[in-house]
Amino acid sequence: MIEREIVVIGAGPAGLSAALEAARSGASVLIIDENHRPGGQLFKQIHKFFGSHEHRAGVRGIDIGTQLIEDASHLDIEVWLDSEVCGIFHEREVWVVRSRELSVTVKAKSIIIATGAVENAVNFTGWTLPGVMGAGAAQTMINIHRVLPGKKVLMIGSGNVGVIVSYQLLQAGADVKAVVEAAGRLGGYGVHTAKVRRAGVPFYTRTTVLEARGNDHVSEAVIVSLDDAWKPIPGTEKVLDVDTICIAAGLTPLVELAFAAGCRKVYSPVLGGMVPWHDASMRTNVPSLYIAGDVSGVEEASTAMEEGRLAGLSAAYSLRYIEKDEYDSRFNDALRRIDSLRSGMFGEKRRIAKHAIINHI
Amino acid sequence: MRIDDHPVLGPLEERKQITIIVDGEPLKVFEGEMIAAALIANGKQYLRKTVKSHSPRGIYCGIGRCTDCVMTVDGVPNVRTCITEVQDGMVIETQLGYGTWKQEKHQ
Repeated sequence: MIEREIVVIGAGPAGLSAALEAARSGASVLIIDENHRPGGQLFKQIHKFFGSHEHRAGVRGIDIGTQLIEDASHLDIEVWLDSEVCGIFHEREVWVVRSRELSVTVKAKSIIIATGAVENAVNFTGWTLPGVMGAGAAQTMINIHRVLPGKKVLMIGSGNVGVIVSYQLLQAGADVKAVVEAAGRLGGYGVHTAKVRRAGVPFYTRTTVLEARGNDHVSEAVIVSLDDAWKPIPGTEKVLDVDTICIAAGLTPLVELAFAAGCRKVYSPVLGGMVPWHDASMRTNVPSLYIAGDVSGVEEASTAMEEGRLAGLSAAYSLRYIEKDEYDSRFNDALRRIDSLRSGMFGEKRRIAKHAIINHI
Repeated sequence: MRIDDHPVLGPLEERKQITIIVDGEPLKVFEGEMIAAALIANGKQYLRKTVKSHSPRGIYCGIGRCTDCVMTVDGVPNVRTCITEVQDGMVIETQLGYGTWKQEKHQ
């Protein structure tokens, strides 16, 4: 068994920010990710972020990812890529399989879990056909792999992911045939929604997908209007000529590691389902374990980065790398930035939900 | 289909071509790309078929979580092709059901 001070699991926006903050405080940090490259899902986000200047608003996710990795390279942060964390034992021991062939256990003083989230599926007839995929999967294909998964796309869900990916599919050269939304009103930020609408894409509210048709791959989709009880209205079916159906129906936190390690569960429907309980410093009920980013409740990359900073700072403080005065000042700065991200029409709901987790007994 | 030019990301950078073997046929792909991306770019309709109903499956999450895209790669079944890079000479097979491991020959 080898020993490290702080082990961060996941090199996305939250994990990288946590590692940076802890390393800047003087702690030695090991960051582990199962992917071949760090950055998590930042590199597929080619749109400009929202928020104020200090939240890196107006900067594209892809450039924020590049900057985080650049910052990390100047600090003494150890990075293990192609490395899967398979379990956390005795509160401190992280079991890692490296390059699918080498089993290593790392004993840590503190562990920060930043495993992120995965897209939800929607179950309908034909939903398993190739060509039905998460909107984020399509986004990965076009923006990272530079491969168009299909030419004619139906988007399910009009939230931010639905409209942002619709626009990026258009940028990549696909034809978005329609965006359907089961609710009575559109769910995404106006600016993104308007860009897709201006491109001539029809939006259907109170509408859902009924069926994906095709033999070995999607070749048609059937959509249908919903009544006030969310039931399909017979006779309103429309057949769309599409080869791809993207599902933007929210995300679920990747909580397996945290729960298997003994973290207490709290249910938060607004933030994606079951999440590990944590306090304002991102510490869980297991004293050596911190969490940050979507695993602690699904929000946005900008919030995930601030939560990462809170967790990295708190872990470093618990190991006495920084004095209380410095901790309080840096912590309160991050907290103030988070509060402003969790304000406004979309943020307020998340702020209330986050507080409900923190105050859950 | 590959996205050769992009309004934000610019033109696709030059990459080295390598050859993989897909269901016995050679296929030219690019170094560093993921198996699933290379196959979808070349129009492959499905990546595996299920054990009971033999129904086709492709990618779903694209980030290595859902395991819908698994194929048999160099004789190893259930490899997540959305997060596994192609290698020159790699042998990739459309997987049926759970796939089979290479068997040791008994005498």
